[in-house]
Amino acid sequence: MRGLLKSLKWLNPKNFGVTALVIYSGAALAQDDVFSQYREMMGDDNPAIFVIEEGADLWREPRGPKKASLEACDLGLGAGVVKGAYAQLPRYFADTAQVMDLEARLFHCMETLQGLTPAEARRKPYSGKGDTGTELEALVTYIADQSNGQAIALPQSHPQEKTAYALGENIFYYRAGPHDFSCASCHRQTGKRIRLQDLPNLTEAEGAAAAYSSWPAYRVSQGLVRTMGWRMQNCARQQRLPELQAGSDAITALLVFMGVNAQGAEMQAPGLKR
Amino acid sequence: MTMNILKVLSLGIAAGLALAAHADNTEAVLRESMKPKNQARMDRIEQNALQTACSNAADTVANDKQARQLREAAQASVRYPANGKYLGDWRRGQMIAADGTGLQWSDDPKAANGGNCYACHQLDKQEMAYGTVGPSLLNYGQRGQSEAMLKYTWAKIWNPNAYVLCSHMPRFGDAGILTEQQLKDVMALLMDPTSPVNAELVHE
Repeated sequence: MRGLLKSLKWLNPKNFGVTALVIYSGAALAQDDVFSQYREMMGDDNPAIFVIEEGADLWREPRGPKKASLEACDLGLGAGVVKGAYAQLPRYFADTAQVMDLEARLFHCMETLQGLTPAEARRKPYSGKGDTGTELEALVTYIADQSNGQAIALPQSHPQEKTAYALGENIFYYRAGPHDFSCASCHRQTGKRIRLQDLPNLTEAEGAAAAYSSWPAYRVSQGLVRTMGWRMQNCARQQRLPELQAGSDAITALLVFMGVNAQGAEMQAPGLKR
Repeated sequence: MTMNILKVLSLGIAAGLALAAHADNTEAVLRESMKPKNQARMDRIEQNALQTACSNAADTVANDKQARQLREAAQASVRYPANGKYLGDWRRGQMIAADGTGLQWSDDPKAANGGNCYACHQLDKQEMAYGTVGPSLLNYGQRGQSEAMLKYTWAKIWNPNAYVLCSHMPRFGDAGILTEQQLKDVMALLMDPTSPVNAELVHE
């Protein structure tokens, strides 16, 4: 099945000759137009469905030293409740007294329920070059799919949830590295693009909603599902910063900032992206 | 029993403070959230005075005196070419402008850095895959070829904060992203009347 999915890589802009197409048509045609046509063509078919199945299996399978499944994991709506949980994450958890995003919460449950060490739980959060998907990516895809169609509703009632938003905003504007970039360097204006890639303005509702509602997403050019946490890590890489870690406070805070800005928008994940 | 409750409470409070204690300490949170990888060491998250002053939504330095000092420091940072020649080879400049690699943990530290100009600017008339974060530089050479124009353009690329404080354009010279020769090649791309930025004719 993976092999079949890989064949969809023809959509990779490198193979697709987008630049040539653009010149030929004589007008600047944003890549997004090409891919929105592709999305239309695909309809409801998203190769991520196979990853969703894989994630559902992983959720139910007894694993780790304690031979336990993750089904007793509390994602914020009570132990084992998956439906609608993703649309309300990150949130404050009383048992850890921390604001956690889904990935941090999954690590926590792998440790407490399945008996993994913190290092074991975090061994391989995101796919590298040539990988075909990680367990974390599959779990996140399954859980996010269970919030598809739900309104984004991050709780902001606990003081720590408010603090997380403020911290996320600070990180968003934090300039650093040899290029002086912050998140805001690319994501504070509306209607801009990098090369042909449209940039969402994450400081206002529409842009934040477009971004937040569509991750995790099946990346056709990479042949696998990427999570929002990976997207944060990859942005930090392009900022020339060190490696941002899955489940870290910085990712959680950034997701609270973005998710609260996207409040009320409908989740449409897993999305389909180039 | 009481001991256990106390233990749980103190643990909870300690963990709970992880985020709360750092609302105003962004660097500390980043330090805890990142790991060094290849050439991207942890010192990358330590801000210089300019970066600290410009880390706000308005992209302005509120204190006038500090703003003046930072602008003067940016102007003083500019090192003009030792031999007085500003222009290199626009063909090499074109490659530097199109190259988006350099200084990321995924990049080869031995390879030359790119300038990635096309990420944000329109340059070559035939290159449609250009970004719009920065202004279009189409026909830039027509803005003038005087010594003053050469010096202005050089300084703008060396350290944009000399003109626009809190610019989101990197300090290509000041931060050591591009070498003097690379800067000259990019200058030629911008200024040379025969470069694809300025020439009317199609270059093959």
